[in-house]
Amino acid sequence: MKAFDELNIPADLKYAKDHEWIAAAAPFRVGISDFAQDQLGDLTYVEFPEVGADIGVGGEFGSLESIKSVSTLFLPVAGKIVAVNDALADDPGLVNRDPYGEGWLVEIAPADAAGLDALMDADTYLQHVKDNG
Amino acid sequence: MTADGGILHTPLDSLHRELGATMAPFGGWDMPLWYRAGAVKEHLAVVQAAGLFDTSHMDVITVMGGNAAAFLNYAFTRDIAGLQPGRCAYGAFLDEQGHCLDDAIVYPQADGFAVVLNASMGQRICDHLKSLPGAADVNIRPLQPRLAKFDIQGPAAPKLLAPFLADADALFAKFPYFSFKGSFDLSQSDVRLADGTPILLSRTGYTGEMGFELFLPEDKAPGLFRSLLGAGSGDGLVPCGLAARDSLRTGAVLPLSHQDIGPWPFINHPWPFALPLAADGSFTKKFHGADALLAADATATLPFVGSDPRRVEPHDAVVLDGDREIGTVTTIVSDMAIGRVDGRVVSWASAGKPEGWNPRGLACGFIRVDRAYPAGTKLTLKDARRAITVEVADDIRPDRTARKKLEWKTA
Repeated sequence: MKAFDELNIPADLKYAKDHEWIAAAAPFRVGISDFAQDQLGDLTYVEFPEVGADIGVGGEFGSLESIKSVSTLFLPVAGKIVAVNDALADDPGLVNRDPYGEGWLVEIAPADAAGLDALMDADTYLQHVKDNG
Repeated sequence: MTADGGILHTPLDSLHRELGATMAPFGGWDMPLWYRAGAVKEHLAVVQAAGLFDTSHMDVITVMGGNAAAFLNYAFTRDIAGLQPGRCAYGAFLDEQGHCLDDAIVYPQADGFAVVLNASMGQRICDHLKSLPGAADVNIRPLQPRLAKFDIQGPAAPKLLAPFLADADALFAKFPYFSFKGSFDLSQSDVRLADGTPILLSRTGYTGEMGFELFLPEDKAPGLFRSLLGAGSGDGLVPCGLAARDSLRTGAVLPLSHQDIGPWPFINHPWPFALPLAADGSFTKKFHGADALLAADATATLPFVGSDPRRVEPHDAVVLDGDREIGTVTTIVSDMAIGRVDGRVVSWASAGKPEGWNPRGLACGFIRVDRAYPAGTKLTLKDARRAITVEVADDIRPDRTARKKLEWKTA
């Protein structure tokens, strides 16, 4: 398991308490944090919603299956799914290796850009991980 | 072994942490779940090259004295009366109801037997054995001193271990699957590491792949573990945790005690070799729990393979035959070294795999259902989230190496 000082928490992203991240500006890609991928262990399967699906705040947008468990994904802001990362079908391990880059999960069109303001910045998120991790 | 706050630590504990292991409690012990490479790479390494597992959490007891053979042959499911010298045997200890208390490998020793059990089971099995007829005539106790144990598993295991053994040529000659060399009384063991340390080496394992289980003094374990990794990393040797151990053993159709075998009759399962079965289904010897097994209903434990790596949650999943609920899931993992090619299960190790093909993994495991269904039967596993179609199977990961001829010299 990574020590807190080994975690990569990029400053230009917004974070949810369930360990999803979302880009602060378009394109609004969504993924899971370095902490989340480290906790889950190697991913073996990623299940996505349909492109075009409208999902509310905290709504399910698929699941991540790791060697250890199956975890539901919750969308941190309301929005429409405009793309899913098809590369994960062949190589779900991209989420482990590059959680903020090649391992992105979905891209959304936020219903209300103000929804992002309610999310945590990197420093607040790291503190959240330390407090609840 | 050290203990703190009720959790036990193996002699390799600080090395696991140094190697970046994610640790988790298992059977009362703090054990590595996976290391930095991750469980998928660890699983693949054992199929492709080799992996090193700390198994020092396993318990060993001894049953000694002139009557030990007759006593243990009644206590244990497997017929050990005819065991050839140097051979060990897999079987189980059952209670009066024929329920499995634990599975074990029995090793004949100079004055009796050593019995290798699962983590934290030594005292419980000692107590059980002491309750059986004839116990007064044998000496039953946990092995003292406790030994460290680790497993080196995978096709490259013999080659990677050889440089650390004294006279590997002689040791590896005539060393078939389920045989061993050396003694659990290490002071009597004629098998040695190159540095003179006495060990016991067993050609067994829990992965289905070529390799060994190695018993050695606790204080020598970290040094050898570290040296093996240092020398073998260029050949693909990685340290492996419990997650890879679980997925490898499932793909090899091996049970996890207290999960796939447990408080129900130890019969109608994929491990008939652990029972002294005659062709007509009767038993060839008397043993504790046998009468209850013969009277057991048709409930069966069966291996299955899915069509992709997707799993269900075993704890709340049911098995359906059409609409009819027929049982539960005892184990479900993703064996990431296998996949389906035109419907057929193919391993990374299969000679006939298509060029450029890489397995995406298949869900697999064991179900406990109302009766035996033939291989090929399609069943549904359903939990709150999803339903997956699986096929009852005779075998899971093809082209395993455990039983292959031991060859270790590179040409």
